[in-house]
Amino acid sequence: MSGPVKGRLSTLQAALVVARRDFAAVLLSRAFVFFLLGPLFMLGVTIMATGVGQSVERSVSRPVLGVALPRADTAALEEAQRRLDPQIGDTLPALITVDRRPGTDPEHLLRANAGRASAVLTGSLARPVLTGPAELIADWRGPVAVLAAEAQSAAPRAYPEVGLSPTAVAADPVDRVGRMRTAQSGQTLLFLLTMLLAGMVLSNLVEEKANKIIEVLAAAIPMDALFLGKLFAMLAVSFVGIAVWGGVGGAIMLAGGRSLAELTVPAVGWPLFIGLGVIYFAMAYLLLGSVFLTIGSMASTVREVQTLSMPVTMLQLLVFFFASFAMSNPGSPLERAATLVPFSSPYAMLARAAEEPDLGQHLLAIGWQVLWVALFIRFGARLFRTRVMKSGPAGARRKRWFTRAAA
Amino acid sequence: MKMELGTWDAAGNAPAAQPAESRPLAIEARGLVKRFDGFTAVDGVDLSVPEGAIYGVLGPNGAGKTTTLRMLLGIIDPDEGYRRVLGSLRPHDVAHAIGYLPEERGLYPAMKAYEAIAFVGALRGLPLAEGRRRGRALLEEHGLGFAADRQIRQLSKGMAQQVQILGCLVHEPRLVVFDEPFSGLDAINQGKLEKMMRGLAARGTTVIFSTHVIAHAERLCDGIAIIAGGKVPFAGPVDLARDRIPAQVRLETRAADGAWRAALPADARHDRKLDGTSFWYFPLPETGIEPLLRALIEGEAGIHSLSIERAGLHDAFVAIAGEAAARALEENPEEEQRR
Repeated sequence: MSGPVKGRLSTLQAALVVARRDFAAVLLSRAFVFFLLGPLFMLGVTIMATGVGQSVERSVSRPVLGVALPRADTAALEEAQRRLDPQIGDTLPALITVDRRPGTDPEHLLRANAGRASAVLTGSLARPVLTGPAELIADWRGPVAVLAAEAQSAAPRAYPEVGLSPTAVAADPVDRVGRMRTAQSGQTLLFLLTMLLAGMVLSNLVEEKANKIIEVLAAAIPMDALFLGKLFAMLAVSFVGIAVWGGVGGAIMLAGGRSLAELTVPAVGWPLFIGLGVIYFAMAYLLLGSVFLTIGSMASTVREVQTLSMPVTMLQLLVFFFASFAMSNPGSPLERAATLVPFSSPYAMLARAAEEPDLGQHLLAIGWQVLWVALFIRFGARLFRTRVMKSGPAGARRKRWFTRAAA
Repeated sequence: MKMELGTWDAAGNAPAAQPAESRPLAIEARGLVKRFDGFTAVDGVDLSVPEGAIYGVLGPNGAGKTTTLRMLLGIIDPDEGYRRVLGSLRPHDVAHAIGYLPEERGLYPAMKAYEAIAFVGALRGLPLAEGRRRGRALLEEHGLGFAADRQIRQLSKGMAQQVQILGCLVHEPRLVVFDEPFSGLDAINQGKLEKMMRGLAARGTTVIFSTHVIAHAERLCDGIAIIAGGKVPFAGPVDLARDRIPAQVRLETRAADGAWRAALPADARHDRKLDGTSFWYFPLPETGIEPLLRALIEGEAGIHSLSIERAGLHDAFVAIAGEAAARALEENPEEEQRR
């Protein structure tokens, strides 16, 4: 090709020119290696800490069996569990006493416990009966027989026959709790990544302002394209970081025998949940990033940016706590508000993806978040043009005054 | 692709060959006003720049030159008035046909020289690969080929400025806007830049530049806008500005006195040299030079020499913008020395 350029760039094309330059500049800088290494140290420490806390967590998260046996049988059962725990503790449920009155309906006991106990043990040590969800009580048949035999004799010769009484409980309380835990994990990861990465955008326009390149950019492309390009570049840098950290973190987890299977499968399934996680991260990043970019663009020096970073971090924490708190009350007005407020919407919606299988709501939410990103960018670009890109005698007068004062 | 800036291929330079007044306007601005914090930086500026012209915006520092250019480029919007650039009321719509060198030079310090040129071209819509190819070619043709792979931070200030100028031109724009292009350049590079600007105009590219150095405007421009205090007291051809002041007559006579002196204007300035020769300076009389010549010859004044000199742009500037603006224009002795 030779000769003049035929037509102007669209906003998106112009944004990609800026994004490509920024992306390459960050990736090829020496500082990027340190950027990648920093969180890996944190990841290592977190994984080690998780390993230490694992046993504690296991006991806390052990499923609970409600015991509705005579007092003596209950005491013997608890004593048997204490003896067996060091050997087969992982397979035994935790025990709680739910009722000792004879003749109480086990299904009623199960409902009255509202999820604290996943199944109820009635009858006697010689003829125990398990009442609860069919799959669960089938799994517990063996452990309960071992427990009952151990409770009857320190050296049991035969295991009692455990009767099963399946209930028609629609929702599995363990599954609900597990999904909430998955949602919480997803939200926390999303927050950590956003907090770690969105702050980078704050100082993004300082280079252009310090090196006076901003005039060249402002004359050639719309300011919206500049903002969008900057955000795209840093988002792409973030994805590179996440890929590296995720790869290393995943390898460490697999080497340590941990996997996603430890978390309950989210309502939309793992592949979609991960896909939505990527999209919601991008949205959370773009939403916060567009605001940070605007705030940062008002700063002239790195020092000013550093001063701004504290309130900005607080803002992020506020958003996270709001979304987390809202998640603990699914369906409440607060939770609905969290899905609507642009900044908390990605967090709240990721939690929903873990808890509810409906996919249509995600399309709506993503559209809503894209709209807000566009609005924030437009507003930020306009603010930058009016507040920062102005020049003229007012500045010159100030400069002269300072010169005179210095003299 | 021949892109030697001093000797642009003049083929197809039809716009430049036409008289300026018959060419379409590359820039048309009417009543531009810009205020900052209540201060009126630009106050009703009108400009008409024909295609293919070299046009200077001449004024002291703080006169409103940069603000005017920034409005023309769409970096800032005017508070009042409008501008039509290359036929468009929205300058960004024709950004692909414009090159711009801002007053405060700036490039990414970590970028290599040829990449910096390609990046500026890419911002204007030139594909990056083509920009890189052209960038290397331009640097080579301008004696900077050795610096193509050097980072901007490794170049001298003057070289970096040349790289930025090449970046303005890599996409072969129809309009080039230079804000104080000569500042920061030594005399040799100023000369090269002047040659380059003439070359651009010769191939039909419109060049508009701001300067506070009259000599550059006088040597280069087809038209100028004199700007002072945010207003434009004059905009038009350089000759028209000069014509605001009558031509000056410089007369050298053997005799110092005689009846012929009555033919000289009353305000004629008289200097006498040691050898007795007299010099007379006065504006060209409205009746022309012939009656005066006749009187001098008949009165035996002994004419050694007589010349009629058109007023310089400096005198025209003083007459149009006033003494204060002219003094402000000359405030920067470093620039004056270099010109």
